[in-house]
Amino acid sequence: MHKEAAIREPLILGHKSYHDVTEDVCKSIEDNAPRMWYILFGIALIIGLYGVGCIAYLLGTGIGVWGLNKTVGWAWDITNFVWWVGIGHAGTLISAVLLLFRQKWRMAINRSAEAMTIFAVFMAGTFPLIHMGRLWVGYWTMPLPNQFGSLWVNFNSPLLWDVFAISTYLSVSLVFWYIGLIPDFATIRDRAKRPIPKRMYSMLAFGWSGRAKNWNRFELVSLVLAGVATPLVFSVHSIVSFDFATSVIPGWHTTIFPPYFVAGAVFSGFAMVQTLMLVMRKAMGLEAYIHVRHVEYMNIVIMVTGSIVGVAYLTELFVSWYSGVEYEQYAFINRATGPYWWAYWSMMTCNVISPQLMWIRSLRRSLVFTFIISIVVNIGMWFERYVIIVTSLHRDYLPSSWTMHFPSHIDLGVYVGTIGLFFVFFLLFARFFPVLALNEVKTILKSSGESYKNAPSHGHDNHGHSDHGHIEDNTNSNNQ
Amino acid sequence: MAEKVIYAMYDDDDVLKDGAKLLVAKGVKVSEVFSPFPIHGIDPIIGVKQTRLGIVAFLFAITGTLLATYGMRFFMITDWPMNIGGKPNGTYLDNMLAFVPITFEFTVLCAAHGMAITYLLRNKILPGMPAQNPDPRTTDDKFVIELRQSENSQFSEDELLSMLKQTGIIEIDQKEIN
Repeated sequence: MHKEAAIREPLILGHKSYHDVTEDVCKSIEDNAPRMWYILFGIALIIGLYGVGCIAYLLGTGIGVWGLNKTVGWAWDITNFVWWVGIGHAGTLISAVLLLFRQKWRMAINRSAEAMTIFAVFMAGTFPLIHMGRLWVGYWTMPLPNQFGSLWVNFNSPLLWDVFAISTYLSVSLVFWYIGLIPDFATIRDRAKRPIPKRMYSMLAFGWSGRAKNWNRFELVSLVLAGVATPLVFSVHSIVSFDFATSVIPGWHTTIFPPYFVAGAVFSGFAMVQTLMLVMRKAMGLEAYIHVRHVEYMNIVIMVTGSIVGVAYLTELFVSWYSGVEYEQYAFINRATGPYWWAYWSMMTCNVISPQLMWIRSLRRSLVFTFIISIVVNIGMWFERYVIIVTSLHRDYLPSSWTMHFPSHIDLGVYVGTIGLFFVFFLLFARFFPVLALNEVKTILKSSGESYKNAPSHGHDNHGHSDHGHIEDNTNSNNQ
Repeated sequence: MAEKVIYAMYDDDDVLKDGAKLLVAKGVKVSEVFSPFPIHGIDPIIGVKQTRLGIVAFLFAITGTLLATYGMRFFMITDWPMNIGGKPNGTYLDNMLAFVPITFEFTVLCAAHGMAITYLLRNKILPGMPAQNPDPRTTDDKFVIELRQSENSQFSEDELLSMLKQTGIIEIDQKEIN
């Protein structure tokens, strides 16, 4: 058995047994939903339906209902797309990259972070789909034989790479998430008393029985999926950044974009995880599983990726000056001092300054402070995309066509609507799905549970250990 | 033909592991272990071989790589060669760098889905399959060892039961299954 240093804070607080873990996680599924859940769900649903209405109006009328003009041909839609995809980077990072690094604290948050990822990527995918105007020909982005001679999609285009990257990311994340969910659905199935939930969870659990061989395969599948999902996470946002970086627009045409976008994505994704987790742990009584230690670790990730983003901003500025290209230089001077200065400086404040406060231990361990910063970061990251996209376009090569971008109410409605729909999905998830990977959490109970750690006389530490394709229980790992 | 099966229940994974070790040392064949989470180190004790799903994933991955390469060569080079700004694609190698992202994505897509589907089929877990764990508590906090009389014909039923009772069990159950 892997022993953790006594000096480390336990990952699971209190005197929990295996059964307590099951009880704590299943309670919110089996009990009636609190009134607050219905209120939040109602609000989210109304906002979401308003967004659906705006999308219907957009599809019926045309893309002209957005605030785009001849100069600014890309604005809110792609900003929102990149923002949502960025947010959708945390879940798979937590469950795949942290699995490869054997970070056990991921177990308390990976399930809901991954759900968050999937819903965020749904919302992201909405924008490229509706910006086609004719949603029903969306399948034209796939290389299908056709009557046009066969005219294929352009495999040289980063926009097509995006189609493949986002759909692969979405479906692989979904599979990874569901494979982890199967054993937990089995737990709920075996506890369910009423016939309809019992049937529902039986279907969802796929007949999982928990045989030794099943678990053997489960561990390998998790490991290999983590292995393939890790480069996938980094590739997806790199490819999103290629949409801009391979163009010839000053302000977009930079080689720093892929690492800078990936860091920004992780930064905003972790911030969204913090926002949701801090509310969820309280509302669902999971304080023993998601506590200050988890929050602190996530804040450290936010601090590191935020610093990478900050360095990237400064590098961009330096390179635009050092390049000697006047168009490039103007693009950046215009960002900082032009008519969109307020967006630029909001981005700088939210993304560069606020994560630096996390160097102070008491602040990064403060839940209230973390909650505020997590929202500030996501506002900043939205502005980052808006600044990159709109300020680079609105003053192009021909001063007579210089203009501003003003979002229409449909722009606003679609954006706010996706936030509403995101919360509709997340609230449904929190109500009916196990929000904690409960069977995974049980595997760390003995090594990181408070009651076991503080009772060294508990006689389970003299067992022979054979490393046989283990994911978690590795004596050589001293990374906790 | 009906077969006699003994289910011994434990409430701790380490106790079960010690028990299984003891039984196997005495020559008892443990046919199955049911647990709510993976018990690390149980597989070599009861003789569960390491899965070969990793190899399957690799095979699906190279299938994906080859399909993507072949597809893009056909679409962009053979079937409809594109000439963008006087820069014809010419050969596959001339244009290979632009095909790397999709080749990678498609490789991952095939590896992940191929492996996941194989995993579901090999485990015989699919929507609508009935659960086969002997006790509903084995997905909560209990651990069960399954012994089959037919695989342990050198021992009598009483011998098996008395051996199990030395291993810290909390419950024992006998069933006849077909």
